[in-house]
Amino acid sequence: MRVLVPPVLLVVLLLAAAVAATIGAAGIPFGRIAAAFGLAPGNPALVDRDWLVLWSIRLPRIALAIIIGGLLAACGAVMQGLFRNPLADPALVGVSSGAALAAAAMIVVGDRYLSSAGVTLPLEALPLAAFVGALASTMILYRIATREGRTSVAMFLLGGLAIAALANAGLGLLVFLADDRQLRDINFWMLGSLSGATWAKVGAIAPFLVALAFVLPFIARGLDLLVLGEMEAFHAGVSVERLKRTCVVLVAAAAGAAVSVSGVIGFVGLVVPHLLRLLIGPSHRLLLPTAALLGAALLVIADTFARTLAAPAELPIGIVTAVIGAPFFLYLLLRQRALLGP
Amino acid sequence: MGHTAMKTNIVQLSFVVVAVAWFGAPGSSGADNITVKDAAGRSIAISDPSRIVSVGGAVTEILYALGLESRVIAVDSTSLYPPRALAEKPGVGYMRQLSPEGVLGLGPSLVLAAEGSGPKGTIAVLEAASVPFVQIPDRFTGDGIVEKIRLIAQATGSVQRGECLVKLVEADLRALAALRARIEHPRKALFILSFMSGRPMVAGRATAADGIMTLAGASNAITEYDGYKLINDEAVIAARPDAILAMERASFRLDAQTVFDHPAFATTPAAAQRELISMEGLYLLGFGPRAARAARDLALALYPSIDASLRSELMPSERAPQDCRQ
Repeated sequence: MRVLVPPVLLVVLLLAAAVAATIGAAGIPFGRIAAAFGLAPGNPALVDRDWLVLWSIRLPRIALAIIIGGLLAACGAVMQGLFRNPLADPALVGVSSGAALAAAAMIVVGDRYLSSAGVTLPLEALPLAAFVGALASTMILYRIATREGRTSVAMFLLGGLAIAALANAGLGLLVFLADDRQLRDINFWMLGSLSGATWAKVGAIAPFLVALAFVLPFIARGLDLLVLGEMEAFHAGVSVERLKRTCVVLVAAAAGAAVSVSGVIGFVGLVVPHLLRLLIGPSHRLLLPTAALLGAALLVIADTFARTLAAPAELPIGIVTAVIGAPFFLYLLLRQRALLGP
Repeated sequence: MGHTAMKTNIVQLSFVVVAVAWFGAPGSSGADNITVKDAAGRSIAISDPSRIVSVGGAVTEILYALGLESRVIAVDSTSLYPPRALAEKPGVGYMRQLSPEGVLGLGPSLVLAAEGSGPKGTIAVLEAASVPFVQIPDRFTGDGIVEKIRLIAQATGSVQRGECLVKLVEADLRALAALRARIEHPRKALFILSFMSGRPMVAGRATAADGIMTLAGASNAITEYDGYKLINDEAVIAARPDAILAMERASFRLDAQTVFDHPAFATTPAAAQRELISMEGLYLLGFGPRAARAARDLALALYPSIDASLRSELMPSERAPQDCRQ
């Protein structure tokens, strides 16, 4: 039965993407979608417009949802394996707090001082700043937690709390300094949104998913053995320190890239791996790829709601992921209560 | 140093109190006790309109237009017109984040603040300290401007100057209405507040942007929600705006390249002529005495087909700039 989970998830993902492609505020009827793709004859004036909506707006957004959902969920699974802690998610290594601080700084300070100096900020400035912020805070944390080539997981967890508190203080200060318009921008960034998706953004973060797909099979065995404990994994032939380093760099880069494009989207990285562990067990060989698939499907579905429920306005996607996922997760938890102990 | 400053302020404050008690409010036209009804519907008694903290761009603009400049002791950071206001007067920070001690320390006898100023805690502290806090209503219509001027004039005991300014504004509004009557096919405009990272934050109903579009004889392309919200890209295409509006500030400028390269805006009718109209923020959205002129400028930008004769015609306030400051 476990073998069936990946293909079923793939089908779910493809179905979700197909449905998402047919729904949107521009309201393109089903028949015209076929025409837009050149599969059926249609009114040429409408075909051009429909094609633009589908190709330049809807499809890049779906692609972005798939990639970001996959990145966040896989990173969450890696983090939980590495820290042997069910509450771990990419935020734990400082990715979200660093990215959020840098993004807010770009929104408030960059807007106020750079623009008034006559510099027109390119649209890429915000995601780039967020990415650099994510990497920087993870690297600082890694330095703090590492002594003589050994990385302490406990130091990582506690140092992460301190870094997050510092970043939050900075964020609070920026919120205080912001005017109404900047406040709206910060608020939307903190709750996440896939609005403004372009193929350029898809192209910029797709390599991270490819890299993740290459590395995951190599770290899956190590993570499986790490469950037994660091010493036990070491004696079983796992290079524990290298595994930790690989995981941290991987998560910082992949989750940092995802967050920099979409803003902070909570819940996906935390809950998707959990959900799957309840379904298929703890083996990372299966867990990591299925987490990516389920994360992608969840985000495609959530984003379809985010862009249509309040149309023509957009809902922050973080609200939707939590509303969809949390009750389902609770249901699974209650059903499996006996397995989790008293 | 802080002690000295506070001491000075207390001395100033007591001086003002004494002065008021003995001579009545200096410079006010027989205003021993004024009672006004503010935007929150409260009746507020004002005994001394001589030391005013002005909060909100339009409020400061009106106070200066009424020649009450010398009575203004501090302004907030949105008081961008006339430019000398922010340069000469001490600042009390952003209108929504007023600090009670910061304002009280200046020893004001009256705070005139645009609706929505605050926070509530600060208002409560100021009122507990017997400083009247009058909220000036902010309605985005021609009548709304007149309402603002009348309330500010009344609260400062300058009713005559107020009526002078009202007359001028009403003449401008009539000229604007005549201009609007020449518009045959109203166009749809879409106002972008922010375009951070390619995400358009767009004005819906009940916004200053919506109000100025109406005054300029255009209609808002987005009527499905109130306020400023992040809008769905596809909804921009579906709304088919004929022109894109944006405000220009020292800190915010949007160029046509950025907007019309965005896939959602590339197919709008506005993209065909690359119609991006960018105007100074307070001028366009302030709904102060210059709002009719801003609406005229916007209408001329939106409707290039309006006759040349009307184009060069000036607004009454420009043709015969009556000074209401005396």
